Amino acid sequence: MRVTAEQDADRTTTEVPWAEQSAQSFGITIEDYLLPTHGRIQLISPEGALLPVEEQGSTPGHEYPMPDHETLLNAYRQLVIGRRVNDQNHALVRQGRMAVYPSSHGQEASEVAAALCLDARDWLFPTYRDTVAVLARGVAPLDVMTSFRGDWHCGYDPIEHRTAAQSTPLTTQLLHAVGLAQAARLKGEDTVVLGMVGDGGTSEGDFHEALNFAAVFKLPVIFFVQNNKYAISVPIAKQTAAPSIAHKAVGYGVAGERVDGNDLAALLAVLGRAVSLCREGGGPFLVEADTYRMQAHTNADDATRYRHDEEVAEWQHKDPLKRMRSYLTEANVLNDDVETEITEAAENVARGLREAMSVQPELHPLELFDHVYTVQTPQLAAQRAQLAEELEREGAGS
Amino acid sequence: MSTATTTTKSTKQSTVTFAAALNAALADEMADNDMVVVCGEDVGTLGGVFRITEGLTQQFGESRCFDTPLAESGIAGTAVGMALGGARPVIEMQFDAFAYPAFEQIASHIAKMRNRTKGRAPLPITIRVPYGGGIGGVEHHCDSSESYYAHTPGLKVYTPATVSDAYLMLRAAIRLDDPVVFMEPKKLYWTKSEVSLEELRAEFEARWAKVESARDQGEAWARASVARTGDDVTLVTYGPSVVTCLAAAEAAAQEGRSVEVVDLRTINPLDEDTVAASVEKTGRAVVVAEPQGFASVASELVARIQQRCFHSLAAPVLRVTGFDIPYPAPMLEKYHLPNVDRILDAIDDLQWDETALRSPEGVR
Ligand SMILES: Cc1ncc(C[n+]2csc(CCOP(=O)(O)OP(=O)(O)O)c2C)c(N)n1
Repeated sequence: MRVTAEQDADRTTTEVPWAEQSAQSFGITIEDYLLPTHGRIQLISPEGALLPVEEQGSTPGHEYPMPDHETLLNAYRQLVIGRRVNDQNHALVRQGRMAVYPSSHGQEASEVAAALCLDARDWLFPTYRDTVAVLARGVAPLDVMTSFRGDWHCGYDPIEHRTAAQSTPLTTQLLHAVGLAQAARLKGEDTVVLGMVGDGGTSEGDFHEALNFAAVFKLPVIFFVQNNKYAISVPIAKQTAAPSIAHKAVGYGVAGERVDGNDLAALLAVLGRAVSLCREGGGPFLVEADTYRMQAHTNADDATRYRHDEEVAEWQHKDPLKRMRSYLTEANVLNDDVETEITEAAENVARGLREAMSVQPELHPLELFDHVYTVQTPQLAAQRAQLAEELEREGAGS
Repeated sequence: MSTATTTTKSTKQSTVTFAAALNAALADEMADNDMVVVCGEDVGTLGGVFRITEGLTQQFGESRCFDTPLAESGIAGTAVGMALGGARPVIEMQFDAFAYPAFEQIASHIAKMRNRTKGRAPLPITIRVPYGGGIGGVEHHCDSSESYYAHTPGLKVYTPATVSDAYLMLRAAIRLDDPVVFMEPKKLYWTKSEVSLEELRAEFEARWAKVESARDQGEAWARASVARTGDDVTLVTYGPSVVTCLAAAEAAAQEGRSVEVVDLRTINPLDEDTVAASVEKTGRAVVVAEPQGFASVASELVARIQQRCFHSLAAPVLRVTGFDIPYPAPMLEKYHLPNVDRILDAIDDLQWDETALRSPEGVR
């Protein structure tokens, strides 16, 4: 594992000085640095026990420190809120009060860690499934839900929150993340950018282009893949023949790591280190979270057609929320009072959403024409006038 | 603004090529605004395969003008992020048909970001696309793709046909807060004009100073121009076909017909008023454009002219476009592209009197 002068002379790869530097700081070869550890990083067992170092899955240079209790408790709070929002929205869809909701139930640890590893100065590029990450970034719940309710495509200001609009076309957002990092560098800012993507999304061409651009330009971008095992109905085995998605990184000269995506502590540790290495010029990074989508893809999907109950039950056992709760309770960080307070906070968010969703949103049809161009074209102005007239007639008739 | 005059070596020239005008426009905008970034395939050291970005890396450094990996979706997609982060990217698509891999990013994100975010995240991106035929290019090097972009709400589509417009419109496009697909007729890259860059710079500054807000500024160039005046028939056209139409108008004049040529300059916004005023004056119109005519910018123009000018029309509006075929091999392109003869034939077909009336198939 240690670098020898001879090994170094043998290398035929192109130069990757930033990765080289990081590898040296961990005392390992660049290949060992770029490749993920065998298995994956896990700090806390599914039962909630802190794992002994030998069982954390780390190899030399890939050891991760346990986050402190305050960090974990704060993250746990977001986890509970995230779960509550997922379940509330799921119910709202069933009641017909929300058009569609791609739930991240079961994946909330990954969602929360993606948001909490970043500072306010950093940027997040989420997908349609990453509502909980956007919430954890501090966007108001109702503003996040606008697009699922169906009154406008994106209900929040991406620039104000440094959180891009949730992307529906798969994987396109990873290139946006790379471009944002380019602009930040041009302005001399030390912004770190995290782009989220699903396992299916890694098969898209943009995944390749984004990793390659980021690596060639040495940009501080973290590619965070939530491998939840299915792309709608298609299993991960049909997306890739690679040993893991994290292994794909080495081909780009990017460091890859695989982490237990239901272990909040491990996620915070791995992503936390990725952020600080990126901030110091040691990026980009690919982090694969090994997780599972517990519910169907969306309300339109019938998950029983492509997966078995036993598989779902097995993952139930690895639930991120129960795991963190056990660990924090055992560590005396969480007690009944704190738990009650967190549950109440989550209930408040859920109540707010229920109430907001029961009110018919106020629609402004003429606004349809307002945000297409800086100045309305004559053609759009004419179409706006047409709609205005139709609305007036409708109003007069009713 | 004063830095602009020091940016290119050819300032003293009195003859300027279309390509040099574009190059100067890029250099001047980069000098004016540190957030203007030029990137694409081969745009750095080489200066682009058409040399439009020549010297920009040397002058402004690699952080401002740089080669990207060979990936069009990557070029367009990273431009989205750059623009979100406050830059004004000018991206080069090497050839029209090679922009197709980027179409997802252009149609799904570049065109829609302003709208989906209620105007909170406009994307000031200029997408330069060398387009059109007539250069003897091999397959995939001669497509006219403007109708795809024109069909996509949220994009502006500019296409200059003169050296002056090349300079003025590119600078305006870069300053505009909307994404602009800037279609460069590659057939015209080597055309020359007796105009100096200093004059063009002065004109740009003067016109820019006149418009009041940044919003109006981009619009100031979104006007069709009457490239030649005439009384009998209007040729409505844009981009590479402007030159062909002017030649046709000249030939028609020999035959005693007075032909007006309207150069749209911008396809979106579309200046219908200038078109309508001309057609109302002449009473006859032929729309001329290079790409296949089916479901095209040309069809749109015909529909609008019929609708707006119905009572002034002495004949149905005709079209001269390429055939509805994939762009042909170089030795066959002359059969596909609108040429002077075809335009003259169309003019002849405009029912000048009852006896001359015939359908496009030649059957009465
Ligand atoms: C470019 C594109 N193709 C197809 C779709 C339709 N689609 C939506 S989600 C999805 C599966 C995505 O799976 P994955 O990337 O694993 O993410 P997950 O939904 O599991 O979070 C598909 C095919 C899309 N949104 N975008």
